[in-house]
Amino acid sequence: MSGDLFMEATQNTMQVGTAQAAASKATAIDGPVRVSIRALNFFYGTNRALKDIDLDLPEKRVTGMIGPSGCGKSTLLRVLNRMFDLYPGQRATGEVMMDGLNILAPGIDLNALRSRIGMVFQKPTPFPMSIYENIAFGVKLHERLARAEMDARVEWSLTRAALWTEVKDRLHTPAAGLSGGQQQRLCIARTIATRPEVILLDEPTSALDPISTLKIEELIDELKRDFTIAIVTHNMQQAARCADQVAFFYLGELVEVGTASQMFTTPRQRRTQEYITGRFG
Amino acid sequence: MSTSNAGFVRDAVAEGRLGRLRRIADTVARVLAMAATCVALLFLASILATLLWYGVRGLGISVFTTITRAPGSHGGLANAIVGSIVQAGLGTLIGTPIGLMVGTYLAEYAERSALGNAVRFVSDILLSAPSILIGLFVYQVLVAPFGGFSGFAGAVALAIIVIPIVVRTTEDMLRLIPVSLREAAIALGAPRWTTIVFICYRAALDGILTGVLLAVARVAGETAPLLFTSLGNSDYAGLGSAMASLPVTIYQYAASAFDDWVQLAWTGALLITLGVLGINVVARFVVRRR
Repeated sequence: MSGDLFMEATQNTMQVGTAQAAASKATAIDGPVRVSIRALNFFYGTNRALKDIDLDLPEKRVTGMIGPSGCGKSTLLRVLNRMFDLYPGQRATGEVMMDGLNILAPGIDLNALRSRIGMVFQKPTPFPMSIYENIAFGVKLHERLARAEMDARVEWSLTRAALWTEVKDRLHTPAAGLSGGQQQRLCIARTIATRPEVILLDEPTSALDPISTLKIEELIDELKRDFTIAIVTHNMQQAARCADQVAFFYLGELVEVGTASQMFTTPRQRRTQEYITGRFG
Repeated sequence: MSTSNAGFVRDAVAEGRLGRLRRIADTVARVLAMAATCVALLFLASILATLLWYGVRGLGISVFTTITRAPGSHGGLANAIVGSIVQAGLGTLIGTPIGLMVGTYLAEYAERSALGNAVRFVSDILLSAPSILIGLFVYQVLVAPFGGFSGFAGAVALAIIVIPIVVRTTEDMLRLIPVSLREAAIALGAPRWTTIVFICYRAALDGILTGVLLAVARVAGETAPLLFTSLGNSDYAGLGSAMASLPVTIYQYAASAFDDWVQLAWTGALLITLGVLGINVVARFVVRRR
């Protein structure tokens, strides 16, 4: 399978010693791999926040990242779109392979990378402009579209984000007028409007009410038909509902990766079991 | 049991006493605050009332249509009004982009750099520099070497006053923008300058606009920088020659021995005040409509 070839190709670039171990625990799901993380270490100054992470994001599947606060889940997301580059003193070593390219390598076009790996944040962050402009802003950064094409793209992305029917009559009103849940779906629409391959969701529902949360979860389920998704969540039920593959992080280490059903019924590691049963975290 | 009960009662009594003290302190503080507010408002109201009282008398169409003339020949303030608008307008046009760029540099690119700190320090000094010094500086740089007073020199002097005000508000407003908003734009693949121009400026627009208007209001009433630069003129004038302005005309007329000139000075003062008030009202309206 192409995914296996892909993995072999990336492993060839690593030390032989770790390759075998990496292959055994990097993913729980067979099939093509979209993003392949190998021997990733991350430093805030001298503080090592991620330790030798090997993880694969299977294509068009949802990978849930769980673990107590400060375990490195959000840090990992911020590595995947090189968000950490904004802050001096933060650096990553290792490899994150996508389409045969190491996205941690120097010389990568960060703006192009971020158009392919989109990110939605914890708190909704509508831009101070209209709903329509919020979507068009990201698209215009990477494509030159005629008015009609842009209209179609806006409608497409809002429809995919399950927001179109609610906002189609007020596209040109300020986005700040939307409810919190609508704003977060707008942020998702804005992200998919640039047609990325991977979507990173950093606790996308932690600031939302239960109804809005449910809508976003349904949306994630729908979006994985087209996108590879990584979601960080503090909510075990959410991970169980949304994710195909679950990765448990603890103190900067990737403790265990498994399918959602396996992780929540028969975790292999004692720390995983203690965390998901609520004994700590 | 009984001891703990006694303790509870004692605490309650103590709390009651404390509560009374707190209420008294609250009342005293409130009365003092209101008294201070009244004093401040009283001065303001007194100034405005005096201004209206003496200013309105001289108000008429001729003030806006007639230029300044010799005492007793029914002059107006038209050239001074136009001169003020031209100089304050041009000063703002020159000063705002420079201040905006410096403020952006300080907030976005030079957060902790030595150069940034130096620029910030100098800008803050300029903010509180006596405006007559700025007038003298421009006199040395633009008036003396080029052989004469000019409206352009006046505008430059006002621009130098505008710059530090806009620098400070721009930097402050940009710093208020949450990191999450910048990150959201950058996560879409926006380059830094796009993020600043299309997201940060937009989010900070109200604040920056308020800063610019504060600057306009400040320079509209400045006299000292114009005394050494545009000097004054009894007729309309181009930017290349000495130019009249309301504050300088008020300064000259108010101290004169002629009743009609003194009257025009009052009217001019009223006009400046109304103009600044009008700018503020318009700005608030524009900001609210967004």
